[in-house]
Amino acid sequence: MALRNEPRKGGRAVIVSLFSKKQRTAGEIVAAARDGQKVTGQELLAEIFPDFMEMHGDRLNDDDPSIVGGLAHFTGRAVTVLVIDKGTSAKDRIAKHFGSPAPAAYRKSLRLIKQAEKFERPVLAFINTAGAYPAASAEEQGQGEAIARNLLGIAGVKVPLLTVIYGEGGSGGALALACGDEVWMSENSMYSVLSPEGFASILWKDASKSDEAAEVMQLTPEALLKANIIEGIIPEPNAHKRFCKNIIQILRPELEKLEKLSPDELVAQRKARFRKF
Amino acid sequence: MQLFDELKTLGQKHIKADKNAQQSVPSGVWLACPKCKKSVYHKDLGVYITCPNCGYGFRISSRQRLEWLTDSFSEMDQDLQTADPLDFPDYAKKIEKAQRATDLNDSVLTGVAKIGEQEFCLGIMDSKFIMGSMGTVTGEKITRLFEYATEHQKAVVLFTASGGARMQEGIFSLMQMAKVSQAVYAHSQAGLFYLSIITDPTTGGVTASFAMQGDIILSEPHALIGFAGKRVIEQTMHQKIPEDLQDAENILNHGFIDAIVKREDEKKTIVWLLEMNQGKAGEQSS
Ligand SMILES: [Zn+2]
Repeated sequence: MALRNEPRKGGRAVIVSLFSKKQRTAGEIVAAARDGQKVTGQELLAEIFPDFMEMHGDRLNDDDPSIVGGLAHFTGRAVTVLVIDKGTSAKDRIAKHFGSPAPAAYRKSLRLIKQAEKFERPVLAFINTAGAYPAASAEEQGQGEAIARNLLGIAGVKVPLLTVIYGEGGSGGALALACGDEVWMSENSMYSVLSPEGFASILWKDASKSDEAAEVMQLTPEALLKANIIEGIIPEPNAHKRFCKNIIQILRPELEKLEKLSPDELVAQRKARFRKF
Repeated sequence: MQLFDELKTLGQKHIKADKNAQQSVPSGVWLACPKCKKSVYHKDLGVYITCPNCGYGFRISSRQRLEWLTDSFSEMDQDLQTADPLDFPDYAKKIEKAQRATDLNDSVLTGVAKIGEQEFCLGIMDSKFIMGSMGTVTGEKITRLFEYATEHQKAVVLFTASGGARMQEGIFSLMQMAKVSQAVYAHSQAGLFYLSIITDPTTGGVTASFAMQGDIILSEPHALIGFAGKRVIEQTMHQKIPEDLQDAENILNHGFIDAIVKREDEKKTIVWLLEMNQGKAGEQSS
């Protein structure tokens, strides 16, 4: 059973069930979020969707593979899927900058989201990134502008956008695909404004204090659920197939709920979701 | 030496008194421009505090900018205070110190401004307030500025200056990017004009949200505009990056801003652009 916020009058933070696992430290959760044995973006695509066709390109002049985008069926309906993938082979990892999207990846994702809106398809996004690609080339290609445009463009999109963070949710690079209607996190994931190492080195001039930083930053799924930043936590057993089944089980009713809203209601609810922060 | 004291606290890292000059003139009146490195006599910076050689606009406080920018200004939301959402050690003290130094409650000054007959909503970020970092109050004030502008059919002019996220407010700082973007979207949907003016330095989450969401985006000469910090790029990528990578001039060449405008031309440029971009809302009121 998933841990989640149950809607209620005047607020919604009620935890209805707890995991039986023993309490872990924030540092342990950070390590688990970055674990090399973790489910990959390719596995998510294969296990959650019976069919998938990848669509390339930002239609400006580039294609960045760190966000894999395309069309698929999800529990019987057509959806648009966006997956930040860290890659598997050495070559794949380098091409995907270890899961750090370049501006072209964000532009491709916004293009596909707008297309989803045109054909009234919901969008499912899966995030695992340490952050947007921090390279000189990315700066010159307008990394800031690309993320800014996603935030502005997604604000008014008239179809549901659900996001699952299944590893690292690194700052603006994650937010660019987590600014929709719901955000869920897997048990072994984190979501933060900066890496704990970066946080420790900026504030305490000592990157080795990252465990301490992780604790202070409230980057764990449980802390973020308590703060109403996310809608809920998806149980993540070691078996990847089981984890993918959990994702389907949880997203399906959430999607059905959002599909009942009119486009105006959907956009208004999305706005209210962020207005409270 | 009001002016120089102000500069010393604003851009300590970048402003070093010229050593040769120090021997012949009283100390503290010569500065090195952080961009062109030329020595500048402090009085030559003029009222706009710009380098007479390259036009670089030195970092100034919000209230200092206000002195020459508008004909009148009525401040909004000057009493909002952060709830310190992470309960971060010593954060309250840091805020208090910044508030005293800037005469602001957080890193942006907002309100309704008038130049001539033009009335508009104005926000000015202050790099002196914890490096212009985006806290919850920063995001809330800017959101309310856009909401007020949408409700009253007014344009928004926003001067950005930011080191990025407010670390002490963690994920709540990140959420401000989405919150403000929602308000910018609603303002834009209402057919209203948003002019963003980037000043030195504008980085991180501010670049990746409202700084880059203007209908028109201007920058001051040589302002640093970027997403990732120089050090982060060099450490992560193990690459030495060119000195001018994040200079406004390079960003202009890559197509991400409309124009670079000198500080002394800002007032008349704002008025002209407000006139040019009134849309339907403007026709109704004239
Ligand atoms: Zn100069």
